[in-house]
Amino acid sequence: MTRYILRRLIAMPFLVLGIVTLAFLLTTVTKGDPLTAIVSDRQMNDPAAVAAAKARWGLDRSLPERYVIYVGNLLTGDMGTSFITRRPVAQDVFFRLPATMELVLAAMLVGSTIGITLGVLAAYFRNTAIDHAARFFALFGSSIPVFWLGLALLYVFSVKWGVLPGPGRLDPRATPPASITGFMTIDTLLAGNVKLFIDALWHLILPAFVLGWAVAGTISRLVRANMLEVLDREFILTARAKGAGELRVVIGHALRNTLVPTLTVIGYSFAYLLTGAVLTETIFSWPGMGSYAVEAARGLDFPAIIGVTIVGGVVFLLTNLITDIAYVIANPRVRLG
Amino acid sequence: MQQEPLFSVRDLRVSFTRQGQSFEAVRGINLHVDHGEVLGIVGESGSGKSVGMLAALGLQPKTASVSGSAKFKGRELVGMPRSELRMLRGSRIAMIFQDPLSSLNPVMTVGAQIAETIRLHNAGVSKKAAMDRAAELLSLVAIPQPDRRIHQFPHEFSGGMRQRVMIAMAVANDPDLLIADEPTTALDVTVQAQIMDVLTDLRRRLNLGLILITHDLGVLAGHADRVAVVYSGEVVEQAGVDDLFERPAHPYTRGLIASIPNMAEEKERLFSIDGAPPPLGKLPGGCAFHPRCSQVQDICRHTPPPVFADGEHTAACHFATMPIGSAA
Repeated sequence: MTRYILRRLIAMPFLVLGIVTLAFLLTTVTKGDPLTAIVSDRQMNDPAAVAAAKARWGLDRSLPERYVIYVGNLLTGDMGTSFITRRPVAQDVFFRLPATMELVLAAMLVGSTIGITLGVLAAYFRNTAIDHAARFFALFGSSIPVFWLGLALLYVFSVKWGVLPGPGRLDPRATPPASITGFMTIDTLLAGNVKLFIDALWHLILPAFVLGWAVAGTISRLVRANMLEVLDREFILTARAKGAGELRVVIGHALRNTLVPTLTVIGYSFAYLLTGAVLTETIFSWPGMGSYAVEAARGLDFPAIIGVTIVGGVVFLLTNLITDIAYVIANPRVRLG
Repeated sequence: MQQEPLFSVRDLRVSFTRQGQSFEAVRGINLHVDHGEVLGIVGESGSGKSVGMLAALGLQPKTASVSGSAKFKGRELVGMPRSELRMLRGSRIAMIFQDPLSSLNPVMTVGAQIAETIRLHNAGVSKKAAMDRAAELLSLVAIPQPDRRIHQFPHEFSGGMRQRVMIAMAVANDPDLLIADEPTTALDVTVQAQIMDVLTDLRRRLNLGLILITHDLGVLAGHADRVAVVYSGEVVEQAGVDDLFERPAHPYTRGLIASIPNMAEEKERLFSIDGAPPPLGKLPGGCAFHPRCSQVQDICRHTPPPVFADGEHTAACHFATMPIGSAA
């Protein structure tokens, strides 16, 4: 086990280098000219200004030179400076990553809980009204577009009924706490401000539910299918013959055996949401990675685009690693050499 | 009055409803078994022998309905509340199944599975104590190095060893009755004999009532006290094991006995009963066995056979060789 994890960790830097190289090369094949993002339209006709800008941003160097410089800087944690925000990309990204993380973790919590519960219920009560209702709910969640769902829920719960707050991570009138972890819920607690913590939690509910519902659909369908198979296996009969109650049979014996495929989907969904929560972040004015990526792409902000790609890639790699380790823990039949 | 047996089944019926039609898989069986006694139930697959026993313990599939009576120590099991049945299962009545490969939970250590059985029925027992007891039980079924083995998973055991684990789990709470459903069918012949020895040894030591369900009459020869032969959901013959082998009264039993391989006799081909058991819901009229019977007469085609009895020996056949041994 330790050897396996070690081997996976050793492979990581090479994979990251691959991601860096690809991300870097991809920006060079795009048609857009980054100068248009840096230099104003009027100055584009001024050769001196263009040359100065090129020199300032290193665009006068050859591609291999730029690559070597970039990788060298990256090793010191420098991801370049954003064309748009004029702040270091690393700083931007690490301000926004925790916001997305917080949202996605909450969404995964909601999605897994709903998904697993529905999947188990649907399988146990197969072909009954409970099954049909659970499947409808799951299908609805994964087929309804998040931008529609997000807007609809915002309208109903925030605008119309006023039971949940509007977009953002905190009440706009509140003073945010000092950013320590970047997780609003944790930072408010660290600041000892319980009222603000509840406000942050309250703001999380809607976006987490919108994102989580989509994931819940996938998870519940998978759990249902696996549960149906496992519930027919003989060891379920053994468990009943032992005198185990139904709850124990279903949770302790059957669900435990469906954990492996479920973990895979949860891990994958987590990584997918981290990089793909763009629409939800936009609707809920969530200052996360998704909205940053969109702004960067729109503005041909190459340093930011590469930065987001690299961080997204690394998060993906780490999630996969954690999923694989969890996989081994859940399935004793997997042997690692 | 005769004392009530440990476990008795009276006119037990199990039916399934499929697409609005009802099929009877078990059509009124009568059985009983006592402490320290081994009852063999033999029949072809699909004859209803397993489903009948499962139904007696409330383990029938959701689509099945059960009627009749199954009494354990004088308590009626059919219609007993689920929670009460659950308290009997795994503690007073234990079961083991055919395929030890799939009847153990693959993601739990065998120790944890045995300990679970113990703790389900003994609330006060600590996890540690239950694991210690699990190791003791493994040595009871002759598994070497039990202290190490309890921490292993089922896939680390061979087929025979897994069946030993199942047996250890079954006897964990010192049951009165053990129902073994084809316990040796999935195992190698040499391992089969070992498992049968473990079972009969435990029966003696723990004074268990043992019900041995099998399709192999040969297995019962050395191990059962009494045998019930089941065909199409009915007991067609029931007798003491020696009586049954020496004086089989039903043509189906005679066919089963004739099809046991015998090393002493040199035969070109093994005897086999022609045809296959009738499918559920398509039972022939009269005697269910008549389409395959070599001695079939007109009456067999339209009149269900009566049950003849000669002491403990019963047979359901118009032409049962009764009184036993009269003519075959």
